[in-house]
Amino acid sequence: MTVSATATAEALPLEAPVAEQARAIRDSRPLRLITCGSVDDGKSTLIGRLLWDTKAVKEDQAATLHRDSGKQNDLGLPDFALLLDGLQAEREQGITIDVAYRYFSTDRRSFIVADTPGHEQYTRNMATGASTADLAVLLVDARAGILEQTRRHATIASLMGIRQFVLAVNKIDLTNYDRARFLEIVHDFKEFALTLGVKQITAIPMSALKGENVVYDGRAAMPWYDGPTLVETLEKATTRSNQTVGFRLPVQRVSRPGESFRGYQGTVAGGSVKPGDSVVILPSGMVANVTKIVTFDLVRNAAVAGDAITLVLDRQVDVSRGDMIVAIDSQPMTGRGFDAQIVALQPDRIEPGKRYWLKSGSRRQRVLIEPVSQLDLKTSKWGTAERLGMNAIGKVHLTFDEQAIFDTYEQNRTTGAFILIDPDTNNTVAGGMITGRRSELGGIHKDDQRVLLSLPADLAEKIMASELFASRRQDVDIRHTTVGRAAEILGDLDE
Amino acid sequence: MSDIRNEAEAKQNATHKPPLDPHLKALENEAIHIFREVAAEFERPVMLYSIGKDSSVLLHLARKAFYPGRVPFPLLHVNTGWKFAEMIAFRDNIVKEYDLDLIEHINPRGAAENVTPFTHGSALYTDIMKTESLRQALDAGKYDAAFGGARRDEEASRAKERIYSFRTPDHRWDPRNQRPELWNVYNGMIRQGESVRAFPLSNWTEVDIWRYIQAEDIPIVPLYFAKKRPYVERDGMMIMAEDPRMELLPGEVRQEGVIRFRTLGCFPLTGAIRSNATTLDDIIAELETATVSERQGRAIDRDQSGSMEKKKREGYF
Repeated sequence: MTVSATATAEALPLEAPVAEQARAIRDSRPLRLITCGSVDDGKSTLIGRLLWDTKAVKEDQAATLHRDSGKQNDLGLPDFALLLDGLQAEREQGITIDVAYRYFSTDRRSFIVADTPGHEQYTRNMATGASTADLAVLLVDARAGILEQTRRHATIASLMGIRQFVLAVNKIDLTNYDRARFLEIVHDFKEFALTLGVKQITAIPMSALKGENVVYDGRAAMPWYDGPTLVETLEKATTRSNQTVGFRLPVQRVSRPGESFRGYQGTVAGGSVKPGDSVVILPSGMVANVTKIVTFDLVRNAAVAGDAITLVLDRQVDVSRGDMIVAIDSQPMTGRGFDAQIVALQPDRIEPGKRYWLKSGSRRQRVLIEPVSQLDLKTSKWGTAERLGMNAIGKVHLTFDEQAIFDTYEQNRTTGAFILIDPDTNNTVAGGMITGRRSELGGIHKDDQRVLLSLPADLAEKIMASELFASRRQDVDIRHTTVGRAAEILGDLDE
Repeated sequence: MSDIRNEAEAKQNATHKPPLDPHLKALENEAIHIFREVAAEFERPVMLYSIGKDSSVLLHLARKAFYPGRVPFPLLHVNTGWKFAEMIAFRDNIVKEYDLDLIEHINPRGAAENVTPFTHGSALYTDIMKTESLRQALDAGKYDAAFGGARRDEEASRAKERIYSFRTPDHRWDPRNQRPELWNVYNGMIRQGESVRAFPLSNWTEVDIWRYIQAEDIPIVPLYFAKKRPYVERDGMMIMAEDPRMELLPGEVRQEGVIRFRTLGCFPLTGAIRSNATTLDDIIAELETATVSERQGRAIDRDQSGSMEKKKREGYF
């Protein structure tokens, strides 16, 4: 058998000269992706192929593989699955049992792959891998087509907030490169994806074993396909950023190295901040202004989502770990009741009426969970549920003893995400995503009368700093504007 | 001595340094986040410091994470007594210059029984002088969290390890029952006696480490740079022959050559590579075209397949 990929590789060398490569890779942060598919769809082979063709696997690692397996595939390449299944139990059973993280890079970009197991009982691991991913590669065996497990994985990936999908129709060589079969599978998947609201799908026919349309193109075998290879698609994918939403800084720790310095350390979870900005500390509702953004390198004039910073405020305010410093004019939801979707991760079921620990950002608090419904992954329908077993995806009500602070997961993948910890075992039992705040005060809100006040900024700040205001913050809309514009707006109302 | 790093130092740090590229910046931000989270959640953290390049990066990130304060935990060096002399000199210098608290531990049993890599074989030696020694030191300090510089790209079993890696009271790692780790929300809840190992460099690759050392001008042990050094060939590796305790075996010849080290450990177990890389640029260029992995020069990793997993289960880093 000849190897078309090797021939292609010689014809189209992908490596840039070393110096250029080192410079070029780093224009963006690493793309994080997850690979999922049913058992035997060839997932480990695909990742092995990616690592092999991008030269992320070194000779001694390949030699260890040869020694371990004593076998090669029919292309004279190592058994890629062994390369990935690093645990002894996995090698013994020939399956992947846990999320593994892999690293490779091309001349354009670097990648972090969460390699997740295909077996149904490891769906929780898929949710884990999907939580940080920008893109999902869904692997399908061209002979088998879209399976229940494919739909299940697409659903989980979509629930976890992934919006970019690659449908990798693998083993296309075993269908004699049948174009009609490929199109049929793509049609099936797109129809299903519509029900998930997923629109960004790149479908690629490939043979991971032969390396066609993975890193090198498979034109020789599939002249009918003129789309991108997998790697080309990954190079062009976008990474998520929380930069366009309101400023959020979950406070990890207070730095007080001496009397003269007090800074709040954390990673910006949304938006941006600069000296002079007015901020609110939640849940207290105190208001302050940013005076400095301190980092080891220099005092910075701005910080954006993702930056690990130390913030200095212009006044003495009570701030501690777990508080959130946020933009005054774009605040998150606060309250004691929220709605969320969770993925149950452990054999112990999520029980109603049990008090769990909830951790979101740096904030940990007690919460009562009330399961409402569960997603049937076979039918994609929500049915009622009183408790949630391992691998279940459910809608739940959250009730807190104290004020909680969230954005919806849709708006902010950091401040809208949380984990549940079982206080009896200390284990992480669920991952959750906030869908909205529940109105806890019921009848009080039935009167929908509103009052517009136009106040000088300093007076407004004093009012906003009060406890009463903070407790009802979620019911208030605030905009900053000029005296003239305020007068205009109020004038409009008078007419 | 003031606890606050002064403004002058900040200015000095900032001098002539171009901003980090987005790739390294993202890795740096993630590591700082992990450092702060562990320091805030645990009562007695400690940082494992092995003097190598990864430790140097780890230390640099710790200093950044807590600036303008001091690094709020001690460094722990589990010494075997068989490190390169240049490593120890480097360590002592760094500790002094950065005003750090260093705890050094050598397994007293190993020292009393004169356990050496020559007399006990690399596997038993590593078990006693590294794994057992580490457990002793962690128990003695009652540490509930230990930072390590391990990277997931180093070795297959590490690829599966969490950033907060849970350990039982006897320091065991159970790869089958790891806590799920979603987003960047870490579960730091443990019982008395249990602990976590925390790995801020989990998502870094070897090239990232070198590029960061270059970008941030981080001091490293000179053994990483090529130089004419004495060595002997043993078990297919070039072992440095500088320490007086290094006795030649029958048939071995002391040679000299321009060599350097890709990783640093105990000198009798660490193989050098032939290289002319005398600058960071050279090292990075060499790495981009390397055809073997860095652990290839480590005798202890080659004893058997899955040997790292086995050592880790028993409490090794």
